[in-house]
Amino acid sequence: MAEVADTMLKTSDGRPLKEALATAQARAKRRAFLLVMPLLAFVLLTFLIPIGYMLKRSFEHDGFSGSAPALVAWFEANDDFDPADPPEAAYAALVDDLARMQAERTTGLAGARINYSVPGTISMFKAGARAAKNLQPPFKEALVALDENWSRPALWRAMESASNIYTTEFYLVAADRKLTDDGWARGGDKERIYLYLFVKTFVISGVITVLCLLLAFPIAHLLATLPMAKSSLLMILVLLPFWTSLLVRTTSWMVLLQEQGVVNNLLVAMGLVSDDGRLTMMYNLTGTIVAMTHVLLPFMILPLYSVMRVIPPSYARAARSLGATSWTTFRRVYLPQTMPGIAAGSLLVFILAVGYYITPALVGGADGQLISNLIAFHMSKSNWSLAAAIAAMLLLSILLLYWLYDRLVGIDRLKLG
Amino acid sequence: MKKLLALTTALTAVGFAAQADVTVMSWGGDYTLSQVEAYHKPFTAATGTAVISVDSDNPAPAVKAMVEAGNVTVDVADVEYADAVRLCDEGMLEPIDASVLLPAPDGTPASEDFLPGALTECAVSTIVFSTVFAYDTTKFPEGPTTIADFFDLEKFPGKRGMRKGAKANLEMALMADGVPAAQVYATLETPEGQDRAFAMLDKIKAETIWWEAGAQPPQLLADGEVAMTTAYNGRIFGAAVGEGKPFATVWDGQVYEYDLFVIPKGAPNAEAALEFVKFATSTQALADQAKWISYGPARLSSGPLVGMYKDGKTEMAPFMPTAEANLGNALSSSYEFWVDRDAELNERFQAWLVQ
Repeated sequence: MAEVADTMLKTSDGRPLKEALATAQARAKRRAFLLVMPLLAFVLLTFLIPIGYMLKRSFEHDGFSGSAPALVAWFEANDDFDPADPPEAAYAALVDDLARMQAERTTGLAGARINYSVPGTISMFKAGARAAKNLQPPFKEALVALDENWSRPALWRAMESASNIYTTEFYLVAADRKLTDDGWARGGDKERIYLYLFVKTFVISGVITVLCLLLAFPIAHLLATLPMAKSSLLMILVLLPFWTSLLVRTTSWMVLLQEQGVVNNLLVAMGLVSDDGRLTMMYNLTGTIVAMTHVLLPFMILPLYSVMRVIPPSYARAARSLGATSWTTFRRVYLPQTMPGIAAGSLLVFILAVGYYITPALVGGADGQLISNLIAFHMSKSNWSLAAAIAAMLLLSILLLYWLYDRLVGIDRLKLG
Repeated sequence: MKKLLALTTALTAVGFAAQADVTVMSWGGDYTLSQVEAYHKPFTAATGTAVISVDSDNPAPAVKAMVEAGNVTVDVADVEYADAVRLCDEGMLEPIDASVLLPAPDGTPASEDFLPGALTECAVSTIVFSTVFAYDTTKFPEGPTTIADFFDLEKFPGKRGMRKGAKANLEMALMADGVPAAQVYATLETPEGQDRAFAMLDKIKAETIWWEAGAQPPQLLADGEVAMTTAYNGRIFGAAVGEGKPFATVWDGQVYEYDLFVIPKGAPNAEAALEFVKFATSTQALADQAKWISYGPARLSSGPLVGMYKDGKTEMAPFMPTAEANLGNALSSSYEFWVDRDAELNERFQAWLVQ
């Protein structure tokens, strides 16, 4: 061992080379890190923090717990109470809180929180808070005299749940559950929507991915094999829409697809459809699929093209010369080599499609809506927590998909260009 | 150093000048135009304070988002009644003391001059607008006359347009189903009543295009995309009278309500905002607005001052939601109902929409 140490290489100033190298490398790493610092800070500030903040809302809401301290304390002390018949002490705490809400102007906040689980309670809270100061015990009778719903078990369950700042309620709602007098249960047929839309969103995204692949494959092949002059012209045709604003592209589809639009006019002029029988291609699922396929097409073409460009034509020639038919050559020689491109393009298109919002909102009508439109709806209808819960579920399912993909295909086989 | 100082001073001065502007968020299109002409321009002329106009499909969610995020960029917003009440309850608006509002020219205090219910803790009404339905007269020369006709695809075939939301649609559906206006909200309180309204909407669902911005319905009618559509009455008036489009309004089954000005909590120029609201809700300003769009002023004293449309020949009075002839079968939108039921019924509406 001593011999090894003696033969260790040293720099001119006598330091072991290994050590010197490590110092130099550490310095280089630090410098490299400084270079990516701005990006890191940018991602952290504009992406991770806002998303984290938003996702936090899906399980945290202090609208009620922050404005009803007496009830919060009571629920903490009596966590095994019977929601069907809460004791007088609970009603007393409620009246106390209602009076406080009136004084601190927090009735709306608390009412809105409970209203998420038990609709129709905002006005109860408002009326209750206005009257609270003058209510006389027994408080149960007094409150029920104001509004008989004050003794509803569902309301007490909702208040107990809301007295904790952390809650899974929004996830339950996003999973189509509903708070009833007997606790959480499956929502009625007329109210179930989220899981259905989740499935629908994934199915439609799958359809769009397949359509994109079918359309993009020949184009990418052409791009990769045509002579330079022609292929760059074709490339511009691919990139031009890619560079055009999403909004412009979607609205131009509206011009094309609407009932009095270009496509219908053409069909009528050619006598293919009658003037009364104009096709409905917009404000429905068809519109969503057509416009989204077009908008997402470049995301499939570009990865495919970048892979196809470097596949040597000699392989296919070799296969043909060895007697393979053109179909076999394609299936067994060419196609496998394009797999990294197909995988990358499909993943890209699918993930983008799952979260798409603007295009379905503009051309989707009623049945072309995707889950992201529901997220937007709850954002605008001021139930941010539910929007956050649905968004978290969407994010999670995409991560799950990504993980599956990694297991099945391998993320290292991904080639983006 | 001196230069730098001068520069920063100049910049700060510019900053302050810019800060003194009032930013007003409203609903866009003809409606914003009427406000710019009747409120913004005269206000700037009278006080020197510039008014910046921002548009939105519905300013209420934007106000909520701004206040929650602690980054309020508008000083005044134009919202619907239920939203004004809810935002106020949630502590997101500055209270507006009715006693600071300008009295009528004859000295009547504002609290007595505004229509009943037009003043709330945090909001001041400007106009009465209405959701009506309108049709293309070239498609139906013998047009529909009742709200029931809107839901009758056999008698009046063709695409329909409706606002994408529960409010006003459910009320109209019930009135079309024969519920008297006075009992609409009592009916809609019950699950059976809600089913009844949705069953009515089911009849036209397959033929309906859903709009979101107030400017869309006249566009849909003009493009021939729909034969009939619900719309804010002023937008149809603008297209029909202002631009000469062949649209007719059916007042039967109209749902009317106030639109109100509010000041978001934490507005950058709350003081100037209050000055603006005082100015814009003065008797004359409200009467002037009616020159540009057919929405009724929310002050009694403004009524007699309402004259001609901007074209100088159209008498405005018959086009107002509150005109006697238009109130035959009309419903006053209940904010109490919608404050409570908005979340529930809109969720059901969304579920119904995608099913």
